[in-house]
Amino acid sequence: MSEIVKFSRPAGFFPKFERRPGPNKTNMHYCPGCGHGILHKLIAEAIADMGIKDRAVIVCPVGCSVFAYYYFDCHSVECAHGRAPAVATAFSRTDPENVVIGYQGDGDLASIGFNHILQAANRGENMVVFFVNNAIYGMTGGQMAPTTLVGQKTVTSPNGRTILDSGYPIKVAEMIAQFEAPVYVERCALSSVKNIMTARRAVRKAIQNTIDKKGFSFVEFLSGCPINLKMKAKEMNEFLDTKMSQYYPLGLKKDVSAEREAIVRAEPIYDADKVKELLFPVETERAVDDDFQYKSEVFDQERSVKICGFGGQGVLSLGHVIATVGKLRNFNVSWLPSYGPEMRGGTANCSIVFSRGPIGSPQADFNCSMMVCLNQPSVDKFLGQLAEGGVLIYDTSTITLPELSADKTVYGINAGEIAEQLGDLRVANSVILGLIARMMQDCFMNEDEKADVDCAMIESLKENYGKKPAVLELNIKAYNIGKTADIVCKGARVSK
Amino acid sequence: MEARKAKVFRCDIASEECKGCERCVAACPKGVLSMGTKLNQMGVTFATYQGSGCIGCGGCFYSCPEPGAITIVEIVEEN
Repeated sequence: MSEIVKFSRPAGFFPKFERRPGPNKTNMHYCPGCGHGILHKLIAEAIADMGIKDRAVIVCPVGCSVFAYYYFDCHSVECAHGRAPAVATAFSRTDPENVVIGYQGDGDLASIGFNHILQAANRGENMVVFFVNNAIYGMTGGQMAPTTLVGQKTVTSPNGRTILDSGYPIKVAEMIAQFEAPVYVERCALSSVKNIMTARRAVRKAIQNTIDKKGFSFVEFLSGCPINLKMKAKEMNEFLDTKMSQYYPLGLKKDVSAEREAIVRAEPIYDADKVKELLFPVETERAVDDDFQYKSEVFDQERSVKICGFGGQGVLSLGHVIATVGKLRNFNVSWLPSYGPEMRGGTANCSIVFSRGPIGSPQADFNCSMMVCLNQPSVDKFLGQLAEGGVLIYDTSTITLPELSADKTVYGINAGEIAEQLGDLRVANSVILGLIARMMQDCFMNEDEKADVDCAMIESLKENYGKKPAVLELNIKAYNIGKTADIVCKGARVSK
Repeated sequence: MEARKAKVFRCDIASEECKGCERCVAACPKGVLSMGTKLNQMGVTFATYQGSGCIGCGGCFYSCPEPGAITIVEIVEEN
């Protein structure tokens, strides 16, 4: 007499569920009769049989199956509520050899993360999503879900779901099937043995599609929640096979996997230097070493700068150029833009903070060491934020300054007119940059460091505009005029 | 020619794994599974196999939500 094991614990599960807290390391945490256990078994069996333990990535949802990673002996990741398709997309794209298996419940997929699943399906990401539809929020205690049947009583619909109040239950499989991209969509039920065996085939077919890189496969499973629906196994199966299947018809919704070619994407790049090269194509030559620091005492404390004007004046890019100067001279620096919903024409401002140490807040409010105003409304609005002893830089062509207290210093230049003469109003900001360099040299920098200010400004302009040589040239020209043109300067630091 | 012998199977139920959901009982086409009267350590009455009649279809195995509660073996008589 000998024995041959025909059906036993699938090898796709861990031999012992060490990740599960508590003494019980062999059982699952699911309630008696839960459909999750059945589907877990089908997936674990498929993973083992198809030999993809090293390639499979189970992307776990929030819901009862939140702890799916206790069980599957393959890669797994837990996601924020509803975001499994987004995380799965990342796994699928960063390594095309991954067999990405999304696992979601109806609250997770059809409610909070509904747009994620629709977009992932529409993009045709190479993944399979197993959608467990039990018509209820199980983990939280049986509230109404988007998939709850009309008339079904739940904790939050004690008189039964009504169309008038809650609309119709959402047929997710049908929705996914009407997109162009998905290759395989089916609805199964985890009820009778016959239906479970159909589900087993669907699981394998969907995973095979993913291994073959065919694209997006989606299988919906009608599943029982015997505890929340207060049903015994037999009753539960009847509910699934009659009421649930009546509204959610079982069967194949779409299968075009045979006619679809395998998805081929560009090879992902993992080399950090290559990524840097692609993202920041202009490498700026610096005249200084990595440990260079200005010795000027003006930088002994954190300095914040606010630049304000209307959108399109180059407010944000001037701020970026100044922030880049800080970066190129080894400061810690932050650049924080703030603008209206419109790209051009509204008010815009940005905060830049320089510090030798860590930066506390990137927002320059009420303590700006330097303020650059490019139009009258910004003077009116922000002048109060200039710190005691601060410096105001402004465009004399458009601004009439109010009386300022004696501790302030003011530098003005007719940037608008100069830019107009240069043939491009947009370079007014670089004229201002020249003025800022001049102000720094006049008021703050040590004698031996003055020359480096120009050097750093030009380096920054190159880093910001280097991709367009003509634009760079014009901006440097504007900068140089800003350095030499007639200016207005008065106040505390000038008289010194 | 020798007449083909019917295959013999046995359904092993790990009593400490069973949560007593009764899915296997509902799934068994031969009705050879039933709920026992004893309690296991979890405090539930667990399913039991009557000792004969299993045809090895695997219906109970796939209906069972627990990974290792049911194992089905084929008993082969050696000549």
